[in-house]
Amino acid sequence: MKIVVALKQVIARDSVLRLSADARWVDETDAAYEINEADAYALEAGLQLKEKQGGEVIALCAGPGRVSKAIREALAKGADRAIHIALDQPEQLDSLATARLLVEAVRQEGPDLVLTGLQSDDVGAGQTGVVAAELLGWPHVTLVVGIEPAGGGLRVRRELEGGWFQYVETPLPAVLTIQSGIARLRYATLMGIKRARSKEVRRIDARELLPQNETAAPIVRLREAEKTKQTQILEGPPAEAAAKLVEKLKFEARVL
Amino acid sequence: MHIDSLFTEEELLVRQTAREFVEEHVKPVIRECWNEGRFPDEIIPLMGEMGFFGANLEGYGCAGMSNVDYGLIMQEIERGDSGVRSFISVQSALVMFPIHAYGSEEQKQKWLPKLATGEAIGCFGLTEPDFGSNPGGMRATARLEGDEWVLNGEKTWITNGSIADVAVVWARGEGRVRGFLVEKGTPGYTTSDIHGKLSMRASVTSSLSLNECRIPVANALPGAVGLKTALSCLTQARYGIGWGVIGAAMECYETARQYSLDRKQFDDKPIASHQLVQEKLAWMITEITKAQLLALHVGRLKDQGKADPAHVSMLKRNNVAIALECARISRDLLGANGIMDEYPLMRHMANLETVKTYEGTDHIHALIIGERVTGIPAYR
Repeated sequence: MKIVVALKQVIARDSVLRLSADARWVDETDAAYEINEADAYALEAGLQLKEKQGGEVIALCAGPGRVSKAIREALAKGADRAIHIALDQPEQLDSLATARLLVEAVRQEGPDLVLTGLQSDDVGAGQTGVVAAELLGWPHVTLVVGIEPAGGGLRVRRELEGGWFQYVETPLPAVLTIQSGIARLRYATLMGIKRARSKEVRRIDARELLPQNETAAPIVRLREAEKTKQTQILEGPPAEAAAKLVEKLKFEARVL
Repeated sequence: MHIDSLFTEEELLVRQTAREFVEEHVKPVIRECWNEGRFPDEIIPLMGEMGFFGANLEGYGCAGMSNVDYGLIMQEIERGDSGVRSFISVQSALVMFPIHAYGSEEQKQKWLPKLATGEAIGCFGLTEPDFGSNPGGMRATARLEGDEWVLNGEKTWITNGSIADVAVVWARGEGRVRGFLVEKGTPGYTTSDIHGKLSMRASVTSSLSLNECRIPVANALPGAVGLKTALSCLTQARYGIGWGVIGAAMECYETARQYSLDRKQFDDKPIASHQLVQEKLAWMITEITKAQLLALHVGRLKDQGKADPAHVSMLKRNNVAIALECARISRDLLGANGIMDEYPLMRHMANLETVKTYEGTDHIHALIIGERVTGIPAYR
């Protein structure tokens, strides 16, 4: 089975974030990056499928030079080769424009399966995988927490709310968006890191891949979240305080 | 300071993977291990799988990484605990290195792959009860009888001693200090653990006893003849220690920095807003940064084959001293909470007291540097 895993490199989770000068993104001067968590699980799911079924895992990542670290990590964990779509300011592409780029690269490979995280830790739109499937004209399954081969296709477990799961069968080729926690993540071992040195990374310029790629929904301005919660302490004897509380619940909160 | 910009992408990945390993497998168990005085031996095979043992050696199942990569692994492991780092130091620099450098092909084939996976554990017997800083005075002897060496002597302060499958033991035979491989279970070879340690509690420390212990001549390391060969192993281990202690210092500093931002005192302000607290944080981050630069420079020299023992002495001595001071200052910043085992400070501090002494005391390293700059040995 030929599997493409689309990875996004995002700013590390524990980072202290400040807005950039133009407020269209965050200041990346001292930023540390990591593979988007759900995408790391997508990679793990891909590697496990390959181990069961045989085949090939190709890591696909769009972004500037810094994403080569994410690519190297994917190769060290066991991806066979990688495609780097060279792109400055990937954050200024919306989900549709990102999906268009990924799809172009996927078409060149013609895989049986595309895996990606269900959403990114930075923007969190949760759209890219789904939109890519539409552009490819392939079925997609979201919120995937389990994958098993079934007939010529896959039997996939989806996470619903309240502890419920749904099983879906899909033919191939397909796109699955993976939920974090689908399997235990493996480490990049030292031997894996060494092997990654000799694996192929194909670099494609985003403009060559897709000369026209307009963003429909650019980021205009980011704002820091403002604290809106406030606490009031009602003073006085209990009976009086309770009366004030009831009044507030009735007329301010309007919940009584 | 953008220290990370001095590392390659691959080095950063090595550091990241070692850090993740420590977060998942060392930190969650280390407090309990320390309190029980137990080495977390359940993580040995996992460390082998990661490639941590003999990581900077080529071939025989070793990862073949650079000395900087190896240093970064030591740093991250010691962020967890000096005892776990000591295990890797001994296995890699004091057992696998001498077999790799001075062993016969047969010895390499027999031991290195098993030591690399952690299937076999090694220890290094040089120090004796009466000879610590002066190993040249050792009393252990090796007598050649036919096709056997007969070993006699006592070794002490041996990390991994009682759990080791193979001991690299040094003894004087035929007029020279020589290295031998003594296998667990060899008649005349016994070990006993040292109890009552208030430092390195998550590490096994033992004494070795050799009493008319007969080993085949094939178990002598053919290239390990002369005290210099034993000292060359120490240079490898000390290099790793120079990196490792940075990890302990970083862990202490980060704990204190975070605490000082959370802890409020006087007018509900975090103690980090006080000048005296900031001075301590500034001192620590400055010293940690300098320690990293020193370690990285020696590492790059070592990768180019240009590091000599005096460079490694400067690295080990300086970095252990500042790490110990960081542990003490961090404990101070946490006040009473700093003495509790829910914070890592007292554990690192106690461990670093050992690290200051072992692998060449602070004083001995001063004398190695002193000899280098004056040409006058001042050991006696």
